Amino acid sequence: MSSDNIDIRYVAKLARIELTDDEVERFGRQLGDLLEHVKTLHDLDTAAVPATAQVVESRNVARADAVGRCLEHETVMQMAPQRQGAFFRVPRIISEES
Amino acid sequence: MSEAMELSAAEIARRVNAGEVSAREVTDAALAQIDAVDDRLGAYLTRLHDLARVSAGRVDARIKAGEHLPLAGVPVAVKDNMCLAGTRTTCGSKMLEGWVAPYTATAVARLLDAGAVPVGKANMDEFAMGSSCENSALGKTCNPYDLGRVPGGSSGGSAAAVAAYEAAIGMGSDTGGSIREPAAFCNLVGFKPTYGRVSRYGLIAFASSLDQIGPLARSVEDAALAYDVMAGKDPMDSTSVDRPVEPAATALRSDLRGVRVGIVKQFGTQGLGPEIDSLYRRAYLDLEKLGATLVDVELPTAEYGLATYYLIAPAECSSNLARFDGVRYGLRVDGEDVGRMYERTRAEGFGPEVKRRILIGTYALSSGYYDAYYVKAQKARTMFGADFKRAFERCDLIASPAASSPAFAFDAKSDPYSMYMMDYYTIPISLAGLPALSVPCGYVLPEGSSRPMPMGLQLAAPLFGEAQLLAAANAYECATQHARQRRPEGAL
Repeated sequence: MSSDNIDIRYVAKLARIELTDDEVERFGRQLGDLLEHVKTLHDLDTAAVPATAQVVESRNVARADAVGRCLEHETVMQMAPQRQGAFFRVPRIISEES
Repeated sequence: MSEAMELSAAEIARRVNAGEVSAREVTDAALAQIDAVDDRLGAYLTRLHDLARVSAGRVDARIKAGEHLPLAGVPVAVKDNMCLAGTRTTCGSKMLEGWVAPYTATAVARLLDAGAVPVGKANMDEFAMGSSCENSALGKTCNPYDLGRVPGGSSGGSAAAVAAYEAAIGMGSDTGGSIREPAAFCNLVGFKPTYGRVSRYGLIAFASSLDQIGPLARSVEDAALAYDVMAGKDPMDSTSVDRPVEPAATALRSDLRGVRVGIVKQFGTQGLGPEIDSLYRRAYLDLEKLGATLVDVELPTAEYGLATYYLIAPAECSSNLARFDGVRYGLRVDGEDVGRMYERTRAEGFGPEVKRRILIGTYALSSGYYDAYYVKAQKARTMFGADFKRAFERCDLIASPAASSPAFAFDAKSDPYSMYMMDYYTIPISLAGLPALSVPCGYVLPEGSSRPMPMGLQLAAPLFGEAQLLAAANAYECATQHARQRRPEGAL
């Protein structure tokens, strides 16, 4: 773990969150501080340790492919911020030229 | 306050089942208490007067028809990250401020089916991220024992409601200590079962490998009663464990003979100040007086708990909270294209702590850092499980503080990391998935205050040791009576 400075604008872009200049400064500093604390993990020798996948032993179980009860389409759509008929309405994704 | 609200959940259920009082009467008493105190306390984000009365009517009809219900007429506060069909479910966030749940969480449904009556949706730190409820975007909750102090978090609303007699049971969720710490701050029993014991279906996800639902109550017996009802396999949550639930409420003990209690060397209390240190020494002695044998155990990884947790939990949250993008539900802020719409919606909808955690999680999972941070933390997590396994070869339970201080004043923890430190004792247990609870263990006088504040003793057990854990906690509670020394502010 290097003592890299976080490119907070790039991380925010990945996380899809618009940040103000003030937030860039504040979060950048706070995340830097947190990473300093987190770096203590470097002292732990984990070379021979497997990563945790689950804490309680479990295995995949395939259920029968049977039709069950689920939410009504209209119930789900009622909470949509914007809709158009049976669909969620979003800003244009594909331009007309393409 | 009506006498009915001072009754335990067990006693309310007994009286309602026996026809001595109706669920409707108890519900009216709870709603009256809420109306009398909650404007000052702020435990609830939504009061459910109408739904509560309808639910109570149904319970009374079922009792009349001859049914016996384990939680008949028990008023319950539901943390606002749990879905309850037809009610606003906000997660304490502007993102979900107007969102109405279309279905009911399994754990909630099980309580209601057992006769419990939902009286309100309780405040919480936004998306369950916090230890004081101060991160709620929708309201401020005070500690009933001192209105100038926080109730703890993230299940702070549920804790305040139960401590102020606005409910007999609170439903909480615990990711790194969010049931145990508010229970400690409000002189309650707060119980986090083994990971997977209680279904997470309908619990809005924060960190899926850690999140677990559990009860907050004014006694171990009440917590056990609620746990017995909510635990068990649920086909709607594939991580819920398919393993018989050993009933806890009927197996409570009054002594600790034959129980070995481990005191973790790395969880020493000397650093917490002389008053708190002597409080815990006394608590351990009390366990011994009840017949327990104290043994020293080691948890060499303890000091790495926060670092491990603050990589894993944010990583999972950054993934889980990606769903809040303004498309299907919740807030939307328009933008000229879909990308701008996502970015503005999330900028407006999430508060600072949620943004911080999403950013740290996104960073830890991003290309080039994934192995160094996320995988490293998952390896450290394995070591916690192994350490506890070794410790439990020498003991049956582990005792420690639940939090490093009593409830603190509002705005006292301005630096995020100092807030994270509150969960020093609870986080390692969460990483290992173990069941644990906080039980009241007495009062201390916070610096500069004349009002004594409660502290909690944390007890933890091996995986699926819920019944033994609750049995032992009951013995401690009954012998010490700390849980009965209830001193909410006179104003309430």
